[in-house]
Amino acid sequence: MSETGQTPRSPTPPPARRSALDRAAAGATATDRAVREGIKAYPGTITYIDLIRKNKRDSAMLILLMLLLGAAVGAAIAAALALYATGDGASLLPSIAVGAAAALIFGAFGVLWSWFGGANAILRMSGAIPVGPQDDPELYNVVDEMRIAAGIPMPKVYIINDSALNAFATGRDPEHGVVAITRGLREKLPRDELQAVIAHEIAHIRHLDIRFAMLMATMVGLIVFACDAFLRVAFRGGTHGARRSSGGKGGGAGVLVLLVIALVLAVVAPLFARIIQMAYSRQREYLADAGAVELTRNPEAMANALRRLGDDEEPLVDTANRGTAHMYIVNPLRKVRKAHGEVETLFCSHPAISKRIARLLALLR
Amino acid sequence: MGWIVLLAAAGLFVIVLLWFVAMYNTLVRQRVDCDNGWSQIDVQLKRRYDLIPNLVETVKGYAAHEKGTLEAVIQARQQAVSIASDGAHAAEKALAENTITQALGRLFALSEAYPQLKADANFRQLQEELASTENKVGFARQHYNDCVGRYETSRQTFPTNIVAGAFSFQQREYFRVEASAEREAPKVSFSN
Repeated sequence: MSETGQTPRSPTPPPARRSALDRAAAGATATDRAVREGIKAYPGTITYIDLIRKNKRDSAMLILLMLLLGAAVGAAIAAALALYATGDGASLLPSIAVGAAAALIFGAFGVLWSWFGGANAILRMSGAIPVGPQDDPELYNVVDEMRIAAGIPMPKVYIINDSALNAFATGRDPEHGVVAITRGLREKLPRDELQAVIAHEIAHIRHLDIRFAMLMATMVGLIVFACDAFLRVAFRGGTHGARRSSGGKGGGAGVLVLLVIALVLAVVAPLFARIIQMAYSRQREYLADAGAVELTRNPEAMANALRRLGDDEEPLVDTANRGTAHMYIVNPLRKVRKAHGEVETLFCSHPAISKRIARLLALLR
Repeated sequence: MGWIVLLAAAGLFVIVLLWFVAMYNTLVRQRVDCDNGWSQIDVQLKRRYDLIPNLVETVKGYAAHEKGTLEAVIQARQQAVSIASDGAHAAEKALAENTITQALGRLFALSEAYPQLKADANFRQLQEELASTENKVGFARQHYNDCVGRYETSRQTFPTNIVAGAFSFQQREYFRVEASAEREAPKVSFSN
């Protein structure tokens, strides 16, 4: 062969399955270079236990912030309403207390609804259908393996009939856990990467992210709704209230300042709520990536799977929306996908793929 | 004045008591986790014992003369079953299970030489089931060892070790598999 001048070749070169690690080292694309730079930010001794600890701390902070915000909105709305009604600050303190209490009661109802009905509503919205051990033994086995590693009961398995690559988990606790993956993901991923994705979802269940995410979404929804309702009332009744206060004893500058504060809060609070929810969502994704590695002990497969999911540009148009986007393993919406998940703003539900890969590959050094 | 001192002392006592209760409960929870983890391993091992005779029968249909390999699998299984019913310690159990894993590995390697066997639908299904059960045993073991790690850390570190000593929380053994360096992440360096 070599006498003919041809370069000798091995008979069948193995299929080029380039790992995220090789690609980062080569640094051919912007994502790869971002991963390579991102890895350097982590100390060499980092473990997944450190990642989980950090994420838990951050998550607790965010929940606290959200509760404060909700109570503040309730109090502000009640205070403003009291001012409209009386035109002076006499009944301000009691109405603030009533407003905060009302916000908490409304919150409790919302929590109850999402607790018992949230998971089913989400599954209906995404059009997922249940699969049993007979339908797809291998998928079922992979889920079983991962839930054994996590020490939780077997979750229900659902398939979303869509060729995009994505997955999510839901349910209020591990006993009612659900893992849903798209048909595209089932068909295109090799077993170790499928295992990594399933492990990521099992980690969401194990960390109770599924519960927090649902409660968080409910709280954000309530805050947005309350502020919206308040603003409508304020702008319709505003002239009426102003006439009344100028005609009456006169509220004075103090009352006016309070009104302005309430209005500004009603405008800003939904934005803040959204920012907090998304920050929490991004933390959850890091946490689940780390938790998945704890189960599989294979950071590279998780990184490879994320890379593959990030490269897939097909959005989940029919089944995902802004309300459910934060639940998926990678952002399912078209706008974000186009940028390869590389942009990360305060309103992003997911960290940039390169940042997630960098954290995983940092574990390999 | 005396009242205040008394009240403070009582408050301090209650706080310390609650702290001890919390530590005690943590230890109990971690011990229960260990026992659950251990029974999870047993569930998977039992499943493997049940699958092996079917596999041996199927292989016999195509490669009856590979007696040595087949018998090694059967023997390894029987030994593991008898050790399991004796309620033996983690170390002996691990050794017996390791023998099964090796014998099965040889059996599957041997099946490569029999195309008809490899094409048998029943064999293929058993192979997936056994391979997955093998993984499940591994993951159940990993989970058990994680639980034991947490329990032992609490049992041996201050201040939980005081509670553990006072209420004689027994040591739990790791389920070690000596032969393999499996599940260890490859060492890769980023030098460029």
